[in-house]
Amino acid sequence: MDYLGDLQAFLPGIITAVAGLAVITIEALKSGHKSAYWVTSFSLIVALFFGIQSLGTPLQEAFSGMLVHGGIAAFGNVIILLGTLFCVFLSNDYLEGIDHNYNEVYGMILFATSGMICLAGANDLISLFLGLETMSICLYVMAGLIKNEKQGAEGALKYFLLGAFSTGFLLYGAALLYGATGTTSIPGIGAAASSDLLFLAGAALLLIGFLFKVSAVPFHMWTPDVYQATPTTLTAYMATASKAATFMAMILVLSRALPSVEGLDWQAVLSVVAIITMIFGNIIALVQDNIKRMLAYSSIAHAGYALVGLSAATPEGYSAVAFYLFAYTIMNVGAFGVVAYYERNKGLDFSDVNNLAGLGFKKPMMGVMMSLFLFSLAGIPPFVGFVGKYYVFAAAINANMVPLAIVGVLASAASVYYYLRVMVYLYFREAHKETEMIDASFLYKGALVILALLTVYYGIEPILPFGGLMELITGF
Amino acid sequence: MLEIDWFLGISAIMFSIGIIGVLIRRNAVVIFMCVELMLNAVNLTLVSFSSFHGNIDGQIFVFFALAVAAAEAVVGLAIIIAIFRNNLTVDVTEINLLRW
Repeated sequence: MDYLGDLQAFLPGIITAVAGLAVITIEALKSGHKSAYWVTSFSLIVALFFGIQSLGTPLQEAFSGMLVHGGIAAFGNVIILLGTLFCVFLSNDYLEGIDHNYNEVYGMILFATSGMICLAGANDLISLFLGLETMSICLYVMAGLIKNEKQGAEGALKYFLLGAFSTGFLLYGAALLYGATGTTSIPGIGAAASSDLLFLAGAALLLIGFLFKVSAVPFHMWTPDVYQATPTTLTAYMATASKAATFMAMILVLSRALPSVEGLDWQAVLSVVAIITMIFGNIIALVQDNIKRMLAYSSIAHAGYALVGLSAATPEGYSAVAFYLFAYTIMNVGAFGVVAYYERNKGLDFSDVNNLAGLGFKKPMMGVMMSLFLFSLAGIPPFVGFVGKYYVFAAAINANMVPLAIVGVLASAASVYYYLRVMVYLYFREAHKETEMIDASFLYKGALVILALLTVYYGIEPILPFGGLMELITGF
Repeated sequence: MLEIDWFLGISAIMFSIGIIGVLIRRNAVVIFMCVELMLNAVNLTLVSFSSFHGNIDGQIFVFFALAVAAAEAVVGLAIIIAIFRNNLTVDVTEINLLRW
């Protein structure tokens, strides 16, 4: 056993966990000290560096088969760490603005991130469960950050009760799979797969647990309430990094533990779920006035697009999902970041889209950035959202799932309406009254600009001669 | 020696009672207790499968599940206390600011 090598391969997860402990210690010794934020940012940058370094290595087992590293798991780590890093940059200013800048938040973010890394590299039902719960419990705490207001506590309660409920299903599914096969190792389950009732019931319950966490319809009820009640930059973290980690774990489980067994047609199940998720998410988003709820329903719809790639169940489909998650993470963190900037201004409730009237000209840079992220979310070229959608729908068509791709394209066309609606308010409506807009800090603007550049760069990268992120992912 | 079916049956019944409880009860603390019942039903399943297969994996899983349930209880009860301080009730039908 090469434990040193294993530890080295898991440096991103270890760094984030240790940094989380360090942040909690700093807070215990010197309450409210600024160094906690710097430790967080620095450790995430270092972890991201190691994560990028391990890109392109083959998928290998580690820690006696408890976890995997390299391959698609490494790409998952990069998505998670990238999303986390930008959320931390944005959170500092935003939480300062709403007077809730507690150092514990950074500790929770770091612990949740190490849970996500464990989840995205799970090779055993035990490490899968442990990673998922480490992530979820920290997210419950973050959802309840504004605990003195009714709304914040209510969102946290809904998230917690429904999350714990879904954990029960996931755990029961894991137990039944263990009972049917006699092992908790994911490849072991795949090797011993059979079509007896125990195995099928276990697989179904496990899938229900997963669909709950990625907020697919009909398990989506908690999403808009929780996203609205949580501080916006932490919502961005919930919506991107945690979804990316859960989808990565789904890829690992579906591709390795649930091969095509007679009687278990999870491809059909997932494609039906994908269709209703895309349709439902986009339709309800059309009528939302609160921009955070609108983004929540849009994130439900985006989970539907990612499920399209999963139900293709080909290596091409899986790598398309991985790319889609990357695209979704950078553009959604950006969109939530701009919303957080608007919301921080006092006077009006800027999460209501009516109050955004005329702000596009008042703060041109933020307006342009918001438009850019929303265009990308709507899937308009030349932004990364378009490329991501192209890959997942192409994967579905190559897997002979043409109706699924057609529904996806139509749903995504409908989504343009509500994304553009925000821009109509930003640019084509008169401002209600003179509202003082604060200036965002340099770091805040810088983080958003980098996200915007990534959105544009990876949107045109596939046609550049030296590009090749997709080739890199497909090579896994 | 009892058959494994009995253990699986009783844990399935416990799990179902938990689900029904979550769906029909209104008190947040009772809902949380029902969730715990579900988790413990799963633990029983794991332990009985572990003895049936004669390997230890299931019992190790139970330790992790217990630890996670404990951590969840800490956070969950704290959230319920925060709800009570704001609303002076833990009846989930009266906690309805956020909808649609």
